Amino acid sequence: MKPHVEFIEVGHCYRSRRKAPVQSLLGVNLSIARHEFVAVVGPSGCGKSTLLRLLSGLTRPTQGEVRMFGHPVREPGGEVGIVFQKPTLLPWLNVLDNVLFPLRHQGRVVGRQDRTRARELLDTVGLGDFIASRPDELSGGMQQRVGIARALLLDPEVLIMDEPFSALDALSREQMGFELLRIWGERPKTVLFITHSISEAVLLADRVLVMSPRPASIVDSLDIDLPRPRTPATIDLPAFNVHTQRIRRHIFGPPGPGESNVTAGALTESPLANTRQAADSPRPATHQAIRHAS
Amino acid sequence: MKPLVSLRDVLGQRLLPILALLAILPLWELACRLFGVPDYVLPAPTAILEAFLNVDGQRWMGHLWATVRVALMGFALAILVSLPLAILMVRSVFLTRTLFPFLVVIQSTPIVAVAPLIIVILGAGDAPRTVIACLIAFFPIVVATTTGMLATPREMLELSRSLKASPAREIWQVRLPYAVPHIFSGLKVAITLAIIGAVIAEFVAAEQGLGYFVQFSTSYFRIPQAFAALFFLSAVSLLLFKAVQLVQQTFFGWSLPADDER
Repeated sequence: MKPHVEFIEVGHCYRSRRKAPVQSLLGVNLSIARHEFVAVVGPSGCGKSTLLRLLSGLTRPTQGEVRMFGHPVREPGGEVGIVFQKPTLLPWLNVLDNVLFPLRHQGRVVGRQDRTRARELLDTVGLGDFIASRPDELSGGMQQRVGIARALLLDPEVLIMDEPFSALDALSREQMGFELLRIWGERPKTVLFITHSISEAVLLADRVLVMSPRPASIVDSLDIDLPRPRTPATIDLPAFNVHTQRIRRHIFGPPGPGESNVTAGALTESPLANTRQAADSPRPATHQAIRHAS
Repeated sequence: MKPLVSLRDVLGQRLLPILALLAILPLWELACRLFGVPDYVLPAPTAILEAFLNVDGQRWMGHLWATVRVALMGFALAILVSLPLAILMVRSVFLTRTLFPFLVVIQSTPIVAVAPLIIVILGAGDAPRTVIACLIAFFPIVVATTTGMLATPREMLELSRSLKASPAREIWQVRLPYAVPHIFSGLKVAITLAIIGAVIAEFVAAEQGLGYFVQFSTSYFRIPQAFAALFFLSAVSLLLFKAVQLVQQTFFGWSLPADDER
C-alpha cells in the first residue's frame, strides 16, 4: 500500500536576518502508513515542531520533499487537523463556536448538521455540558480537549499533534492519552504525535521515531508491538520497558559506569531513576505519574 | 449567591471618590471665606453653584450639545480612519515604514497651532472642529490597534493559515478580535482627547460650546461661571469615558479580565 505521508531526504534551514542560518533538519526520511499512529521523540530544540510545520505545509522544506497522499506538500492544504502545544482557543468565542471555527474560517456556512457534529465531538471529548462556556472558564485539560475536537471537525485524514499534553498536569496528561487512543479507535486517522515524553510515546504509538540533536535526523524507528487497546496495565508489560530503555539510550547515550544498567523490571521499580532525564525533560513527572496510576 | 454589587465594591469604587469630593468642598469653601480669596483667583464652591444656576438650563444644553456633538463626530471619524490604517499597517511592512513617521509627525505637532489653519481651510461650521477632534484622537487608536493585531499569538495565525483562510478572514476573524482589548484601551484615551480637541476648536472659532463658554466667561471676568462650565466639561468627559467602558462591558465582556483577577 502506498504510504500516506512521506518525507524524502527532507532538510530545513532557518534563515533569519540577524543570526546565522540554522540547519534544524537534515536528511529526514520517513513514511507513515494510513491510520498509523506515529510518535516522534527527541531532545528539546531538535526540530520536532519543524516536522509538524513541514507536514502541514506551514513551512516549506529547504531540501527534499514532503508528500501527502503521494502529492508534494507546498502550502497548507486544509486536509490536516492540528492540535497545538497550547490549546490556542479563541477567547471571544464560546466552546461550540471554537469547535466550529475551522468551518467559519473557511467561509463556509455553518448549518444544523455541522452544529450537531460539533456537539457530538464535544460529547466524545467529554465536554458535552460545556458548549456555551467561555474558554477561560475551562481548565487547561478541558481547553486542550476543545482543541482536539476542533482539529477533528473537518474529519481530517491526518492529525498532527505538537506536544499536545505537555501543558497539562501529570494526571490529566495520562487520562488524555487514553482518551486520545479511544477517539482514534473510533475514528481512525493517520496521527503524527510529537512529544518529549518517552513513556507517552511508547504507550500511545504504533511506531516511535527517535530524533537526534540538531541538525536532526531520525536515528531509530521502533515498532511498538504492545497489544491494543492500551490500558494502564500496558505499562507493566516487560516489553514496555524494553522499548523505553532503548529510546532512552538513543537520546541520552548508553548508561555510564556509575549508573546501574537496570533491567526492565528494576526500572519499573524506580521511576525516573535516570536523573539525567529528570534534568533534561521539562516535565519529568509524567513518567512517574503513569507508573503510579497503573 | 453572590450579590451583584457588594458593599465593598460600592464603598471602594463609587462612594469613595464622592466622599473625597464632599470632604474637599467644605474645606475649599471655608478657605475662600476665611482668607477672603477674590473670585477671580479662586471662586468658592457656592459661588460656582450660584453661577451655574444663574445660567438658563437651555443655554447649558446648547453649549453641551455643541461640544459633545463635535467630540463624538471627531471620535467616530477617528475610528473610521484608524482601523483601516491599522489594518493596512499590519498587512504591509512597507506601509508601516512609509506611513508611521507621518503619523508621528501629525501627532507631535501641537494641535493648537494647527487649529487656526484648519479653520481657515475648512471654513465655519462643524467640519473643521470635527477634523481637529479627529486629528488629536486618532493616534492612540491606530497605535493600540496595530499593537494588538501584531501581538496575535503565532499559533493562532498558524491555525488560520493551516485552514487556507484568506488574509481578509485572518484579519477579520483572528487578528481584529484578538486586538479588541487593546483597541478599547486606545478608545478610552481617544474619547477624552476628542473632547479636548473639540474644546480647542471652540477656543479658535466658535459661537457655542462649553469651551467657547469658558473663554467667553473669562473675557467678561465671570470666573465662577467659567469654573461652572469647566466642571460641566469634566463631568461630560468622565461620562463619555464611562460610556466607552459600558460598550466594552456589554458587547465585548470577554475582553475584560474576570472580576476576581482585577
